[in-house]
Amino acid sequence: MSLHAVGVVYRKELTEWLRDRRTLISTVVVPLVAFPILISGMISLSSVLIKGAKKEVPKVMIIGGDDSPGVVAALRANKELEIVPYAESWKDQITNKEIRAAVEIPAGFEASLEKGTAETVKIDFYEGEIKSSFGAEHVENSLKSYRDDLVKKRLEAKNLSPSMISPFDIKQENVAPPEKVGGASFGSFIGYMVIILSMTGAMYPAIDLTAGEKERGTMETILSSPISRLDLVLGKFLLIFSASLTTAILSVTSMGLSFAYMGASLKNDAGQPLNMHLGFTSIVAVFLMALPLAVLFAAALMTIALFAKTYKEAQSYLTPMTFVVVIPAVASVLPGVELNSKLALVPILNTSLICKEIITGTYHWSSIAVIFASTCVYAAAAIFIAVKTFQRESVLFRS
Amino acid sequence: MIEARLLSKRFQDKKRGEIRAVDGVSFTCRPGQIYGLLGANGAGKTTTLRMLATILEPTDGTAVICGYDVVEHPEKVRANVGFLSTATALYPRLTAQEMVEYFGRLNGLDEGTLKKRISDIFERLNMNEFRDRRCDKLSTGQKQKTSIARTLVHDPPVMIFDEPTTGLDVMTARTIISFIADCRERGKTVIFSTHIMSEVERLCDHIGIIHDGKLLAEGTVSELRAKYAEHNLEEIIVKVVGPRYANSEVLVS
Repeated sequence: MSLHAVGVVYRKELTEWLRDRRTLISTVVVPLVAFPILISGMISLSSVLIKGAKKEVPKVMIIGGDDSPGVVAALRANKELEIVPYAESWKDQITNKEIRAAVEIPAGFEASLEKGTAETVKIDFYEGEIKSSFGAEHVENSLKSYRDDLVKKRLEAKNLSPSMISPFDIKQENVAPPEKVGGASFGSFIGYMVIILSMTGAMYPAIDLTAGEKERGTMETILSSPISRLDLVLGKFLLIFSASLTTAILSVTSMGLSFAYMGASLKNDAGQPLNMHLGFTSIVAVFLMALPLAVLFAAALMTIALFAKTYKEAQSYLTPMTFVVVIPAVASVLPGVELNSKLALVPILNTSLICKEIITGTYHWSSIAVIFASTCVYAAAAIFIAVKTFQRESVLFRS
Repeated sequence: MIEARLLSKRFQDKKRGEIRAVDGVSFTCRPGQIYGLLGANGAGKTTTLRMLATILEPTDGTAVICGYDVVEHPEKVRANVGFLSTATALYPRLTAQEMVEYFGRLNGLDEGTLKKRISDIFERLNMNEFRDRRCDKLSTGQKQKTSIARTLVHDPPVMIFDEPTTGLDVMTARTIISFIADCRERGKTVIFSTHIMSEVERLCDHIGIIHDGKLLAEGTVSELRAKYAEHNLEEIIVKVVGPRYANSEVLVS
């Protein structure tokens, strides 16, 4: 192997790669421009939609309640509800979004309350429909308020303090460092994105440098030069690997900044800004873990694309590969999928799972070592297969 | 110097089984001579030339180029060979100069030598006007000149041309023909394949007629004319190959 020859091939491939408009779009424009716009657009849009839904005064229908004027009056007194007259078709009206919710007050509700018998008030709504959920929430709050008043009156009637039923208050407070909070919220997502983007970043150059070269007729040109096929394949591999890393780094940096910016402008239920910050060390550690995986992707994609005669044929070979990568990456994000000794040897899934832990600041060094080493072995095997495939005439000159 | 010794190449085809693309071909090309390899499409010309250029490895037999065996020292053979065919395209996103520089570096030239070599070649081939233009923006003639510069940059003693003028217009083809003749003048060993008989008559010192992977006839143009009692080269090929060819009407395209 000649490092000089590998370097010559790499420099030439890099020059061509940087001059390709498709590269510029997929590697630079999409991560640096499209991702922030998409993320901020999606967050802003959902924020606007939620605000709009919250602002709406929901139409609510009361079913029954003729013999319970108190509770009906309490619901009517709520300015956040618009009570509409009863109609037989109330279920259809909820489904058709004409009204947001209905509240069913059982017959003799207040009489039962007087007797101290517990009754159930039912709220009907359209599950999954945000405006209906808000409507149901308003009705529930109104009924809770009515219930609290009732309890208060009963306690007063018996000369008892309200603290009798609520002897102490409960308050939740976060003590975890901000980056761990951010990591717990977005950790699995970041690991997943690094893996997916390492793959998609390698895909286009892998096709261009193999099947693309065959299609353009430059494969025979380069094979007639004195460079060894080992040096040639290594130079090409290094470029694909660089493209994979560049795409992943630019994308994740861009997404991280977008999340951090958007997080500061969004509020949680307590009115605090959302913590979407991720630790720098964790991000670097995730990239280190993803390195051998990027090697594996670069070598595997190059080997597969080499079998194709044309760019289109290579695309049809590599598109199913996306699923091979996405499925284990998605599986790692699912709740309850935890790292164990067997999963530590499953490529892609293992890296995805360890990234999830690393990003929250948890470092299980034995697992990290096993996963890093096993992925390095897979990556080395993939490079070996790529080199061998590049030496097969039946693949290079497939007709 | 090129010495092909019982050079053979077999391929496996799923439908047709084993195919003998080249079957025990032996010949010698000497420095300062042009050897023309003639034959119909599929006769085995391209496979033979690809084996000489070490792009393909022989199944049996071998060839020795400038003292190096194509099987044992393929990289050294390639360092002594310039290979040009219609299939050897240029990198579209490199400029003409970058293309030639790339191959100079792959051939191990140091930067000083490379700079001087490029300056000489670009001057000789009148390429300075488009040296910084990307290859995908070049005309066919400019592309051919760039390809020639690419094969010449390491000043190889052996030149292999596989149907170098196929599909080219008259003017571009003339550039290539003059270049091949120039190689002989410079004492290089040249082997080339073609279907165009006027090129053969103008250039070749020696001719080999190949069919079904076998070298059926060999000699100088005048030797072959005397042997087959024919002046027209096309008729000579028909006489040599005809009895073995299923459809002689499409013998020479």
